[in-house]
Amino acid sequence: MKYGVATSSAAEALFSNPLRSLLTMLGIIIGVASVMVMMSIGEGAKAAIEKQINSVGTNVLNLQPGSMNRGGRNQGGSSGRPFSESDVAAVGDLPFVESATGVLSGQANAVSEEANWVTNIQGGSASFFLVNNWKVDEGREFTEQEAQGGSAVVVLGKTAAANLFPDGNVIGQRIRINSVPVEVIGVLESKGQGGGMGQDRDDTVVAPLSMVRNRITGGNRWVSRHVSRIQVLVQEGYDVTEAQDEITTLMRERRRVEPGQQDNFMVVNFADMIKQRAAVAETMSTLLAFTAAVSLIVGGVGVMNIMLVSVTERTREIGLRMAIGARGGDILLQFLFEAIALCTLGGLIGMAIGWIGVFGYAQISSAPMVVSPIIVATALGAAASVGLVFGFFPARRAAQLDPIQALRYD
Amino acid sequence: MASTRPIISCRDLTRVYRMGDQEVRALDGVSLDIHEGEFVAIMGPSGSGKSSLMNLIGALDRPTSGEMWINGRALSEMNRDELADLRNETLGFVFQQFNLLARQDAFQNVRLPLRYARKDVGDIDARAKACLEMVGLGTRMDHRPMQLSGGQQQRVAIARALANYPKILLADEPTGALDSKTTVEIMHLMQELNKQGITVVVITHENEVAAYAKRQIHFLDGKIESDTAHPELQLASGGRA
Repeated sequence: MKYGVATSSAAEALFSNPLRSLLTMLGIIIGVASVMVMMSIGEGAKAAIEKQINSVGTNVLNLQPGSMNRGGRNQGGSSGRPFSESDVAAVGDLPFVESATGVLSGQANAVSEEANWVTNIQGGSASFFLVNNWKVDEGREFTEQEAQGGSAVVVLGKTAAANLFPDGNVIGQRIRINSVPVEVIGVLESKGQGGGMGQDRDDTVVAPLSMVRNRITGGNRWVSRHVSRIQVLVQEGYDVTEAQDEITTLMRERRRVEPGQQDNFMVVNFADMIKQRAAVAETMSTLLAFTAAVSLIVGGVGVMNIMLVSVTERTREIGLRMAIGARGGDILLQFLFEAIALCTLGGLIGMAIGWIGVFGYAQISSAPMVVSPIIVATALGAAASVGLVFGFFPARRAAQLDPIQALRYD
Repeated sequence: MASTRPIISCRDLTRVYRMGDQEVRALDGVSLDIHEGEFVAIMGPSGSGKSSLMNLIGALDRPTSGEMWINGRALSEMNRDELADLRNETLGFVFQQFNLLARQDAFQNVRLPLRYARKDVGDIDARAKACLEMVGLGTRMDHRPMQLSGGQQQRVAIARALANYPKILLADEPTGALDSKTTVEIMHLMQELNKQGITVVVITHENEVAAYAKRQIHFLDGKIESDTAHPELQLASGGRA
């Protein structure tokens, strides 16, 4: 095989009719661009989901009161009877529970000397930080003594801290939350978006549970020492689903749910919820992959079509090349290279467009997008393979022409 | 007449084409020897079989029956690739319509057979340049066919045919598309090449062209009608159409 002749004539054919080449490449361009975007979104989503799962932890369970019906009307999620601190203690005593904290949350109007900011406040025990795998970035956590004693201290989330203290000097400052003066003793590290719904987890204030109940949210009419939810850290290695079942059994007993009746609370695993959202993203990815494949095939058929036209147009040239000594294999290679060059060039253009698309999407959606060498290689490889597969038939047709008939063709 | 071994040898060649349900006997039992160094003109009216013979000698087509040898090798024993190599190494083609690649300049056109060569052809660029100089186009190597006159285009085609040091030059109506002045130039060039030892076979229906050959073979209805060694005699008797 004479590769030199084949490559140079392929390049020549490609640029001798640029508009036709470009139109032929269109399907490949679109296909490769969508392969790029699809894979980048997929990889980005995967990375984001992994980060979220790491931030909530795979072995953390959340207990929330169920919804409550009053006067025939559903009052919405978590409107049911809250848990109490004795529930927290009972769950904490289960053998497979590493640690548990009750959390009482409410709205908080925080006022510093510089700004005021509406955020939410979460009252918890000292183990709140352990259960949530949430460390302080600056300052310190509150201690168990402070939690028990209801000290007026708070730890701020990153967003809340940034809004209340634009200048950055936070630790030791005094702020007022719903008019209650408290001291800022720490700032938490950033968790980013998270939870089940993707809200900003850093827009929060964490304080001792009893202080929050006594001075900010107030008590509950029916349940003394109430908490709005319980967070449970399951021991490493223990099956989380089993833990979920056992906690459900315990809470049904404690909340006197009759057999056959529905639970009036929920045990939620956030990591599971995130995985479910990941599955949705996966479906999207598959759909895009399908689109890309269809586009590449349509593009390939377009390439095959134009290559057949090209072979017909250049029949005399093929006859001449054969007359002066080109073997069938030389002709095959020439047209195969032309098809592959066409597709690879289309692939490169498609990648450039895909790249712009990826960054454009990243700008408007703030979703992380990843362009890895593997994606680039896959996109280019797909384009070249399309050229190889769809270029073969026209190239073989050219190679099998009869020299005499080809020379006489006009 | 040359007394060396025949470089082209045909025995009882028959070529039958099928056109629908009709059979056309383009060649009908042709036997012929052409020796190294000869300058042969093949003549005859259209349909007489001269082009069919040329295609067979050029290893572009295969006979329906009969056998032929080129440079001592039996063509019936060669496969497609071997025939391609034979065309590349032993034969040089010149066509009526020149058949140059329009997008390539004269130099690139002449280089083409060298690039397809499987044997070692040395410095390709130097050889292509030398061939163009040989046909008097050393100064127009970067011209594309469109920028050259008909005579110049045919010179490029001859240079291309010469590139691989062929033993045989096959020319199918080489002056058919040229005026009489250019015809003379091209035929002088062929004569010159013949003097250098290349066997030349020219198909033509013009007596003026055939007059340059040392031997004239007339075809009629797929058979050799006459085979004469003295073109002057042919011309004296008025020639044949």
